[in-house]
Amino acid sequence: MKRATWIRTLVVIGFVLLLEGLCRWGVIGRMTMIPPSEMADQLWKLLQSGRYNGHILETLGNVAVAFVSAVVGGFVIGSILHSLPRARRAIDPFLATYYAIPFFAFYPLLVVIFGLNAAPIILIGFLFGVVAMIINTMNGLDRIPRVLIKTARVNGLGPLRTAWLIKLPSAAPQLFTGIKLAIAYSFIGVIAAEFIMSTSGLGYSIAYAFNNFDNRTMYALMLFIITLVTIVNAFFHVWERRIMARRGQ
Amino acid sequence: MSGSVVDMAAAQRGRGFAREPKPGGDMAEVHAELTGVKRVYPGADGGSVHALGPVDLKLARGEFYSVVGPSGCGKSTLLDVLAGLSAPTEGSILFEGREVAGRVPPGIGVVFQEDASFPWLTVQDNIAFGLRRAGTDAAEVDRRVSYAIGFMGLKDFRKAYPAQLSGGMRQRVCIARTLVMQPRLILLDEPFGALDAQTRLLMGDELLKLWRETGATVMLITHALDEAAMLSDRIGVMSARPGRLIADIRTEWPRERDSRIAAEESFGAITSRLWGLLRDETVKAAGMSGSSR
Repeated sequence: MKRATWIRTLVVIGFVLLLEGLCRWGVIGRMTMIPPSEMADQLWKLLQSGRYNGHILETLGNVAVAFVSAVVGGFVIGSILHSLPRARRAIDPFLATYYAIPFFAFYPLLVVIFGLNAAPIILIGFLFGVVAMIINTMNGLDRIPRVLIKTARVNGLGPLRTAWLIKLPSAAPQLFTGIKLAIAYSFIGVIAAEFIMSTSGLGYSIAYAFNNFDNRTMYALMLFIITLVTIVNAFFHVWERRIMARRGQ
Repeated sequence: MSGSVVDMAAAQRGRGFAREPKPGGDMAEVHAELTGVKRVYPGADGGSVHALGPVDLKLARGEFYSVVGPSGCGKSTLLDVLAGLSAPTEGSILFEGREVAGRVPPGIGVVFQEDASFPWLTVQDNIAFGLRRAGTDAAEVDRRVSYAIGFMGLKDFRKAYPAQLSGGMRQRVCIARTLVMQPRLILLDEPFGALDAQTRLLMGDELLKLWRETGATVMLITHALDEAAMLSDRIGVMSARPGRLIADIRTEWPRERDSRIAAEESFGAITSRLWGLLRDETVKAAGMSGSSR
């Protein structure tokens, strides 16, 4: 393991041990936080009981739909905008200021339009992720060296095969950044939307436990989300490093 | 790297890059022909930029032809229109008697100045790229790629990615990728421009060997007068923009030649003549006020 990885691991372990100590010694009251070891223990019990399986599956399903729609939609919209420079120049300022918009303020409107179901939640997850994908798709396509497109023409490739065999792999590093951001934003969007106005899902379950002073369940579910997001990100990180290592980056 | 980067023993095994001879083909046959070719680009201010021509040029089958000219004179534009990568504004281009109409015809291979290797593919997959796209059967792909890898001195880097190679080696990968397609006309756009002087001399030698082995017609775009003088049967000199061919110089070198030809007395005479023709055009292109003497 590299030195930086060792240091990072030690920092995380040290932080968890410190939190454990502070909770055990009563510096942090039990009504505020339970020790991390109890969070893990409670999470294990919750997973074994299967009580939250429905909520977990629902949230993961919502995130998956939001994420896939954001990646596919972002790639398609980004590709179209890249091929239409005038439209892109017109839209660029909106994209640059997009994340300044407080999407959750529109949640009531989305409920009125789509009803009180999964659609508004997925839509918020999608809206969070899609622009990151659009911007990174355009950046990736911008950076394709012209000489590679010429090489495709010398090899007699048509537009579709050029896109599949040359543009996509060439833009892969930037597309990957877009995918990583899209998964993170989709999680944020979906769980936050469930938190605010939903009757099911992990976000709702955390809010429910919070409102009922059920700290053990609340922290256990929070630990579950943190662990899940860390695993997903680690997976993408390793994948990205493999791609970049081949390219000497 | 020791001595020659090209494994000539490998070259002598098997068919290598060589193609079946075209029936009736001979040195005097016109292989490619440009007639009255002009290229005008739309300018940034709404006007137009006259980049090239009119150019009339005939390339004989199997000859090594180089084009020299000042920076920005339209050398690369000439290569692009001949390759079919861009359409001429006026004039016609024939390759093997057929019109080149805005697409690269089979039989033409192009090597660019910039690194055109695909960073996501290994050396062998880079070289096999065109063959696989063309639907060549796997055994033939393997044979040609193995031959090219041996020929270009890349045996130890078969599974390496371009990022793990030097600039010169990446350019050899690109040349190999072009050559495995067995092109009959090879267009090279300053392929050694990014390399140091010694590597350029070595690569020049390799290029001459490849040219002899393949029997292909070669058109080399270069700004290096010594490179053109060393490699070519014939050299076209271009004017400042809009680029026109203002001189045609025959070197009369034997087909069996290499960089040692630079020691010949006539080599100096050729480069001197080229510079004499180019000096005023270079001054014009650079916007300087030089004297013609």
